[in-house]
Amino acid sequence: MNDNRYVRPELVCPAGTPAALRTAVDAGADAVYCGLQNATNARNFPGLNFAPAELETAIGYAHARHAKVLLAVNTFPRAGEFALWREAVDLGARLGADALIVADLGVADYAAQTYPELRLHLSVQAGASSPEAIRFYCQKFGVKRVVLPRILTVAEIADVHRQIPCEIEAFVFGNIGMMAEGRCSLTNYVCGLSTNMDGVCSPAADVHYEEDAERNLTTKLGPYVIDRFTAEESAGYPTICKGRYLCDARTEAYYAFEEPVTLNLSALLPDLMRAGVTALKIEGRQRSRAYVKAVVSAFRNAVDDIMAGRDASLASLIALTEGHRETEGAYRSKAWR
Amino acid sequence: MNDVAAQITLGPVLFNWQPDHWRDFYFRIADEAPVQTVYLGEVLCSKRAPLFAEHYEAVTERLRAARKTVVFSTLSEVTQNLDRKLVESVAASQNDLVEANDASALPQLAGRPHHIGPFINVYNERSVAVLAESGACNFCLPVEMPAATIGALCRETQSLDATFEVMVFGRMPLALSARCYHARAHARTKDSCRFVCENDPDGLELRTLSGQPFLAVNGIQTLSYDFLNLIDRVEDLRGLGVSRFRLSPHSCDMVRVAQAFCGLLDGTITATEAAEALIGLNLPGPFSTGFYHGKAALSRSLQ
Repeated sequence: MNDNRYVRPELVCPAGTPAALRTAVDAGADAVYCGLQNATNARNFPGLNFAPAELETAIGYAHARHAKVLLAVNTFPRAGEFALWREAVDLGARLGADALIVADLGVADYAAQTYPELRLHLSVQAGASSPEAIRFYCQKFGVKRVVLPRILTVAEIADVHRQIPCEIEAFVFGNIGMMAEGRCSLTNYVCGLSTNMDGVCSPAADVHYEEDAERNLTTKLGPYVIDRFTAEESAGYPTICKGRYLCDARTEAYYAFEEPVTLNLSALLPDLMRAGVTALKIEGRQRSRAYVKAVVSAFRNAVDDIMAGRDASLASLIALTEGHRETEGAYRSKAWR
Repeated sequence: MNDVAAQITLGPVLFNWQPDHWRDFYFRIADEAPVQTVYLGEVLCSKRAPLFAEHYEAVTERLRAARKTVVFSTLSEVTQNLDRKLVESVAASQNDLVEANDASALPQLAGRPHHIGPFINVYNERSVAVLAESGACNFCLPVEMPAATIGALCRETQSLDATFEVMVFGRMPLALSARCYHARAHARTKDSCRFVCENDPDGLELRTLSGQPFLAVNGIQTLSYDFLNLIDRVEDLRGLGVSRFRLSPHSCDMVRVAQAFCGLLDGTITATEAAEALIGLNLPGPFSTGFYHGKAALSRSLQ
């Protein structure tokens, strides 16, 4: 048996709404992450997130079932607007969130100075990808866990793990942005809203679908065509980094950054756990309860199977991927780069 | 800090130019461009860095002989050991001024004066204070910061000994990735790229399916198709408290660009004359005011 080689990982699940939070907890999440209904979190979408009273109730629900609640305060406040982020940190501390997920240097500093006992996780939006960068945040703010950018191979993660004094959380399933997190202004360039400052990526209000007589569907973000699909193809949501473009190096349109695929690392779970990843993160705060239930249940079973020395089966997950297409992204091999 | 003398700076070359051309570019900057500070170094790809190694010393000497301050810029994305070694070697030179473009460089720079580059997310006063405490003295702000936020940041940090630098010319850096898009465009990978980015001295342009010019890729970086030009906003930025104005190098006549901006700052030419001096540079894209007004792309285009 090789099960004692693994540290039991924490399954960290998305909660875009109070209902999704309860669903994730009931489906076996060890921890859920969520944000407030404003620009302080990186999924600032209409209809999502928590009012303070909802957060309080949700934390009670999760704690009664031995699940943790991680509050994402992971955007970058504009100068002169720091108060909103300070209030979010204060609220998280007051309501007993198990950790705050932060990205901004100033927000991390405020939380560390004001609530030294409050656990801090470094958001993927901080883009800390090297041991030196991670150690900087650990030493400066006492960060206990880093959420790694989705740009490292498993071998590189293992290497990082050996050189840092904190835990590692890694994304294992969901929508994969192609750009390094916290370092993308593409949405702002096209839509005038910033991913870093406003928590917005490809906002629905700027999305347009145009169908022609042959039922070809053109998807646009703001004034720009992002992709075009025939009637037989399933159309993807127009995200700039998953669009099809023309360039002089190619004779035909191509996915210049990435194809519309979903990250699925289920086959790499044992490798990730061996590499020192102790928290497995599922993306999707914007997803439905049915989706959350299916994905969380599948990963709950998989982690339990691996811990018990059984082979994990995650075949059902492919049905939940974008256009039924999946990728292991940067994680398996450097050839992805 | 309105009392600090304003100056025009030249950011690092973002593109993979031929090494000899790269050297000659800087020699000419040293000899002819009235910029006061020049940032030097490969900020995007650790594979490219050795290509320019043989010229670093001569370029640095020539710039310093021309009384320009040389600041060494570090890599903006650090994943592989090769990246880490490059950052370490640049930050190790104790007597030189270094600009950090990723948190990886910060531990090594703590305790001595250093610059914070535009690839480190500094959007607010508390972030400035945290970094200034460790010795950061100049902040080149993220390109997406609108003027209103720049003004607020300058206001809120007046008690700190910090200067602010804003990019005012060139294609705007919009995103970084682990994947090399130049290699991808040529059906290669980052490891097997054979330096195909050298073909595009201002980046490789992407057009939408309707043929509309949109973006430009440069290795792991995505840039705007249009060229930021804030020459007629320099005075306003100065009024907000910005003291350093960064030109990002392109294949056009950068000496002429530098002369226009410096002339404006020195008061030897008017704003109208300065703007006119930038017409006819033969750039592969139109000018725009970028994120200055905090509005989206279409409304920004000037021509």
